[in-house]
Amino acid sequence: MRIGDDAPDFSLPDTDGAEHGPDGVTVVAFTCNHCPYALGWHDGLLQVARDYPGVTFLAVNPNDAERYPADSFEAMKERVRADGGWPHPYLRDESQEVASAYGAQTTPDLFVLDANRRLRYRGAPDSDRQGTAWLREALDALLAGQEPARAETEPVGCSVKWKQ
Amino acid sequence: MRVELLWWDGCPTHPETLEDLRTVLREEGLDAEVELVEVESDEQAARERFPGSPTIRLDGDDAFPCDPGEPFSLTCRVYRLRDGRVSPTPDRDDIRDALRRHAHADR
Repeated sequence: MRIGDDAPDFSLPDTDGAEHGPDGVTVVAFTCNHCPYALGWHDGLLQVARDYPGVTFLAVNPNDAERYPADSFEAMKERVRADGGWPHPYLRDESQEVASAYGAQTTPDLFVLDANRRLRYRGAPDSDRQGTAWLREALDALLAGQEPARAETEPVGCSVKWKQ
Repeated sequence: MRVELLWWDGCPTHPETLEDLRTVLREEGLDAEVELVEVESDEQAARERFPGSPTIRLDGDDAFPCDPGEPFSLTCRVYRLRDGRVSPTPDRDDIRDALRRHAHADR
């Protein structure tokens, strides 16, 4: 998927069983429970979700839970429960179809969609392992009706754990 | 001292850890080559007792021993930096301490 392409629509269950998909300006953040990159960026991404209440923020875990039990749906539910809830839904992509359709490579790997579900930013949250400046720049531009100046960066993290 | 760096290509961190390791070895005046061991399968991970990438071994011992129940598999290893942040690489000062401990125990 290239910048400007229509992003695939989807509906995935969250840890409470509710279904979610892109709606308006949306951040689709492929992430997981076990990867140190995903864990390192986690707090920063939670804060982005809190700071942009008008943006739909969807965290999606696509990892093969058979080989990586820490990423099972049950483990996802337990993590959200232990945290006392998250400001955004944590979705399970059991079939990995959404991650495959988006071309997700790593956890984390971010896709920012405009209100017409077109891809406007793809890549890492920032240049380091905890900041979120690149993501915020993209959201600020989109919400101001502008093109993000930095539309694509290299996603950095653990590889998505595809089923074998 | 035999120094090994075990790595898996699903994690992009081993070049950084290798650089840190070589830097600390040099700073500590330890004359040791770092042997690179690529781990490519779960079977090899179990055989090598590889808890994740990157793993540093000193004379065959994990520089940062895991909990006994830790599984061995192709995964990225989670470290904690000294400021408490989660990291995909060990803190350089923790590498230094591990090398010093090991060198001291070796005497």
